[in-house]
Amino acid sequence: MSETNNVQNEIKHYKKPTNKQKKMLKLRRKALDWSVFTAYLLPSLAGVVVFFFLPLLMLGKTSFQKSATKTDFIGFINYERVFTNNAFQSAAKNTLTFALLAVPLAVVLSLLIALLLNSGMPGKSVFRSILLNPMMVPVASIVLIWQVFFSYNGVINGWGETLFGLSKTDWLKSDYAQVVILIMFLWKNLGYNMVLFLAALNNIPGEIIESAKMDGAGPIKRFFSIKLYYLSSTIFFVGIMSLINSFKIFREVYLLTGDYPYDNLYMLQHFMNNAFTRLDYSKLSAGAIIMCIAMIIIVGVLFICEAKFGESIEE
Amino acid sequence: MYGRQVFTDKQLERRKAATLARRKVFTEMPVFESKFDHMTPQARESYFANERKRAKKVLQRRKRVTNFGMGVGIVIAVIASILALIPIFYTFINSFMSSAEISDNYGVIFQSLSGLSSSKGAGYIDRTPVLRLVPERVTFEQYKTLLFMSPTYLLKFWNSIILVVPIVLGQLVVSSFAAYSFARYRKKRREILFFSYVILMLMPFQVTLVPNYMISEKLHLLNTIWAIILPGIFSTFSCFLLTKYMRQIPSSYIEAAKLDGATEWQIFTKIALPTCKSAIFALAILLFIDYWNMVEQPLVLLTDKEKQPLSVFLSQINEAEIGIAFAASALYMIPALLIFLLGEEYLVEGISHSGLK
Repeated sequence: MSETNNVQNEIKHYKKPTNKQKKMLKLRRKALDWSVFTAYLLPSLAGVVVFFFLPLLMLGKTSFQKSATKTDFIGFINYERVFTNNAFQSAAKNTLTFALLAVPLAVVLSLLIALLLNSGMPGKSVFRSILLNPMMVPVASIVLIWQVFFSYNGVINGWGETLFGLSKTDWLKSDYAQVVILIMFLWKNLGYNMVLFLAALNNIPGEIIESAKMDGAGPIKRFFSIKLYYLSSTIFFVGIMSLINSFKIFREVYLLTGDYPYDNLYMLQHFMNNAFTRLDYSKLSAGAIIMCIAMIIIVGVLFICEAKFGESIEE
Repeated sequence: MYGRQVFTDKQLERRKAATLARRKVFTEMPVFESKFDHMTPQARESYFANERKRAKKVLQRRKRVTNFGMGVGIVIAVIASILALIPIFYTFINSFMSSAEISDNYGVIFQSLSGLSSSKGAGYIDRTPVLRLVPERVTFEQYKTLLFMSPTYLLKFWNSIILVVPIVLGQLVVSSFAAYSFARYRKKRREILFFSYVILMLMPFQVTLVPNYMISEKLHLLNTIWAIILPGIFSTFSCFLLTKYMRQIPSSYIEAAKLDGATEWQIFTKIALPTCKSAIFALAILLFIDYWNMVEQPLVLLTDKEKQPLSVFLSQINEAEIGIAFAASALYMIPALLIFLLGEEYLVEGISHSGLK
């Protein structure tokens, strides 16, 4: 009983807070919120600042210096040197063409496989886990196998010669080198993308598809006017993941072909790596800053697109 | 006064007509004529029998078409899965060949390599390689040489483990805290910070390589394993994924918990972490595979050969050691495979939810 009395007392003596008090309370709550969530963020933020942001700033500074030791400011000369460098130009071109080829192909092909598996095929989950397998094959094994298949005396050439009488080509030193790497990229990443798409396809409300079916929409119509609409955010996500992975494929290219590969495989990563081994810090820092800015622009555009697109969906 | 009103016939008729007109019931029905009217009962029966047969045929054809489509689909899927599995089988089967057999089969390939080992300037020797899927004689020779004759292999295996395990655990802990913060506190400046995290995540390693190198030089970490572990722990990839995941938690859950007097720590441990369990497991697998495979970081940051992990050692195997290459790869693949097989359900579930909005 005393408890209710207490409560009643409290209610009786409760004074409405004045405007000033209200403001103070609000401020205090805001400050509390801020401090709590900043505390959660702090470990990560400290590490990221120390290991990524600060060094990047330092890098920005050295990009305006003659070399790491001579600290006089020389303006944009380093940038000019990098931009007029033939190797940089061709590397940028190659990286861009590879990304422009690989990302859309990865998105479209994995979407097609996901649609195929989702069309009521038996053994869907078995195929799904099998196709996810290549993701975890270690790089060294991949490189070994690609060498066995695609080198000059490799298996593909052997088959071509005995079956069709084709002359041998050294695939990794021909104009098809990028195609070979593209095959490797797709082989490795399709499974992951496919799992993402399968999940998104499962998430589409079934009754909408059903009613479209009743109204006589064929599979193609259903795909373009219903499924694509629900898949848009997943497509964006898969695109970003594929972009990351298209940069990571450098590891395999490097192990397959070394520091100086055939012309059309020479990527920006090679350029940076070689500048690093030659200790050409000014060139390196300018190159890194240029790449940073390019990435910021690309990702910014992607994010703005997604936000715009997302808005139009919600309307 | 309110007696029954009496209408004349004419009035009644007009009234009826008006009502009908209002209801539009009087529209004239067309005379319904069906073709069955002119049929005799027998003819009608035979007509229906025919129709039934036709419908059956149509249905059968439709079924055949879908079956055919399904068959084509299965064939495509099977081909894709064979392509996906070949390299793994191939590595394992070849690891049971004797070294002599391997150099017999594949030695010719490595003589023409365009890669790292071509510095010897081997020309194009024209021979066809032999792709053997079944070894002539199953031996454990490769494994024996690897495990008992060369102690470096086991040492490098251990090197890999002490690099990868701290990175995975550390990154998961740090980034789950950060992700919780990003998911719950969404102000403009935080969003900008999050955007910069995303950009860091997208950077190719070669861009962050120089900053990494510079900072580890300053902190005297070069040539110790911390030069790789610390940047690995603070890598932002898992933070991005977990944030995406935690933002899917319905805000009503959190509000309800708050009304019941839960502190932020309780919300974090009792709501956010359990909902993200599958994502965390999936991330652990993905990160393990990613860092198990790292080559560039140790090459640059660890100059001591003894400290380098297995991945570097394997990627530098050349012609002389081709005899043990397959067994080395097979052993190297086993941890990744085991983790993958054990955690596949979590992996699929975790990946699945990350792409949804």
